[in-house]
Amino acid sequence: MQVTRFPQRATGPAERLSGFAAHLRMNGIPAGLPETETALAALGVVDASRMADVRLALKAVCTGDADANGRFDDLFDAYWLNRGRKRDGTAATHSSRNASADSGRTYRMASGASDEEGEADTPDDDTEAASTGTGTGRLVASTTRSIEKTDLRKLMTPEDLQRAERVAEAIARSMRDRRSRRFKAASRGEALDMRKILRRSVQRGGEPIELFRKARPDRPVNIVALLDVSGSMTVYARVFLAFLKGLVSADHRTDAYLFHTQLVRISDALRDSDTMRAVNRLSIMAQGFGGGTKIGANLKQFNAQHAAQSVNGRSVVIILSDGYDTDPPEILAQELARLRRRGARIVWLNPLRGWDGYEPVARGMAAALPHLDHFAAANTLDDLVALEPWLNRL
Amino acid sequence: MSRHQTSWQQLQADLADTGYVASDDLAMALFLAVTLGKPLLLEGPAGVGKTQVAKSLSELQSTKLIRLQCYEGLDASHAIYEWNYQRQLLAIRAAAEEQKPSTEIEDHVFSEKFLLQRPLLEAIRQETPAVLLIDEIDRADEEFEAYLLEVLSDFQITIPELGTVPARSRPHVVLTANGARDLSDALRRRCLYSFVDYPDRRTEMAILQARAPELEARLAEQIVGFVQALRKEELEKKPGIAEMLDWAAALGGLGVNDLADDPEQTQATLVCLLKTERDRAAVPKEVQQRLVGRAA
Repeated sequence: MQVTRFPQRATGPAERLSGFAAHLRMNGIPAGLPETETALAALGVVDASRMADVRLALKAVCTGDADANGRFDDLFDAYWLNRGRKRDGTAATHSSRNASADSGRTYRMASGASDEEGEADTPDDDTEAASTGTGTGRLVASTTRSIEKTDLRKLMTPEDLQRAERVAEAIARSMRDRRSRRFKAASRGEALDMRKILRRSVQRGGEPIELFRKARPDRPVNIVALLDVSGSMTVYARVFLAFLKGLVSADHRTDAYLFHTQLVRISDALRDSDTMRAVNRLSIMAQGFGGGTKIGANLKQFNAQHAAQSVNGRSVVIILSDGYDTDPPEILAQELARLRRRGARIVWLNPLRGWDGYEPVARGMAAALPHLDHFAAANTLDDLVALEPWLNRL
Repeated sequence: MSRHQTSWQQLQADLADTGYVASDDLAMALFLAVTLGKPLLLEGPAGVGKTQVAKSLSELQSTKLIRLQCYEGLDASHAIYEWNYQRQLLAIRAAAEEQKPSTEIEDHVFSEKFLLQRPLLEAIRQETPAVLLIDEIDRADEEFEAYLLEVLSDFQITIPELGTVPARSRPHVVLTANGARDLSDALRRRCLYSFVDYPDRRTEMAILQARAPELEARLAEQIVGFVQALRKEELEKKPGIAEMLDWAAALGGLGVNDLADDPEQTQATLVCLLKTERDRAAVPKEVQQRLVGRAA
């Protein structure tokens, strides 16, 4: 039998439970005062002396989605059985963050975290000076232009990257299709179509018997983005990740995934309002970042696990990858075809395509081409901007 | 019969009597939902019996099951209440001929008599707590989800012309979702939660025995083994519990005693389990025989 120990100062069940809620919060499960209250009430109606009952009850109260539900048992053990795993999430995070910082290129996974330490030892760059020093609109505009046209590989200083990330995020946000101001007639809707009602009521002596309504038109697309973060893509990964963050935060239907040798869903981490926690969550997820690529296998996994929920006839699947695949190309082609049968449109953004004389000769890329609706370059921010008109046409 | 369950094990046993085999997780969540009066959100793949939970609960409590099937574009007037507009107009006309004062007419046409109850209003106005099933909430729009929040946390509905309608009884609310889209945190946090997965072999066996007790034990073993193995294959639509039961019924109806006896017939009955052209192509006779072999 495991010994249950509590923080020394914990005096009663309420405090122990609120400690548990804090423990859950620290591990990314939103549990607050209402949950604690419900948990207390729940323990009042079950046999609180039985560990199994307490576990089941708290699980029903404190978890809110399948992911949290799956992780709950470990977190429960870590807290109530005091196996010293209370902080393992944070600890792992720290080391992996440092590890990635050492590699030099990918210190941060998500934009927006404080970046003060880089300032002192980076060489002075004149674009930054121009925008802050003179402050005229024109200069600012021209420097922004230039960063949009620069090949993302050349953005190397932390400031450049940070700005590119911000621009990428802004592009993604603006790409969200704006809701139409105009209504259109619909069988049911949020507003009465007075014009039509009056018109039809004429034949009944002005009595508006039939009610017509109008609604806002459907938003046309939802976006699912898959980002390749394998070794060959690391130079682009940060900016693309910022782009994804922009997409995800602009529209809550957007779903985002990373893949290298594994596939990881990152939408929730990108949505995390606590930037530091988002960084931590992402860096745990990105173990394997910069390694090999298995596009085919990852797409297969995506199709099997996630596509049923996130892809439908109004989806656009954006794949950001250079197409270098270690899997046989047939798998990639087969999985793309399968994805397409779901009715999704597939956009492949390939940073290599922007290079002069690029031919899609990589076997994976060649196999993928017949299944794509749109194949475009993505080595400058302008290329990302160019995606918007294409999306709007859908 | 209406019974009050004093523990989750009791509830689990009672549910089993109605033919619903619930996992410990689910039984506990349901017990807390009933006891604490909180909504219960169930997620999981299609065909694992999420909707059935509500049906069984209403059967157990001998109360009315009020079902609200969600769909894209579902709005308040279809879910909560609506005024009977045509009748109101007629009443106004009739009243106008009698030269009634307008305030009286107004009070009259905005009275209960002209109110059309939709599922949510109906649910909170039951004398005994009903079971309110809000099915596939993830199909409804976010706007509707927001409407629900008021109902789910306060169990009251505000009708501008009539005022606030408080609940006569608090319904037991069961929400189901398939993950068509992410639900809002606000909704999730107002609900208890349970993830319902495909049953394990033992549970599925119990379900089959509860629903089709006439089936021979050996065939039942084979059926469950086959379906369990089939779910591990790569399929577009994995067979759920309902499909499994259909299949068992089909096999029982055809007088099959052993799946291995007649591969042709077994293959023909797979239509009960495999619902797309591709899935049927993915399970040719060789695969079927392999699965039967594994199952036997």
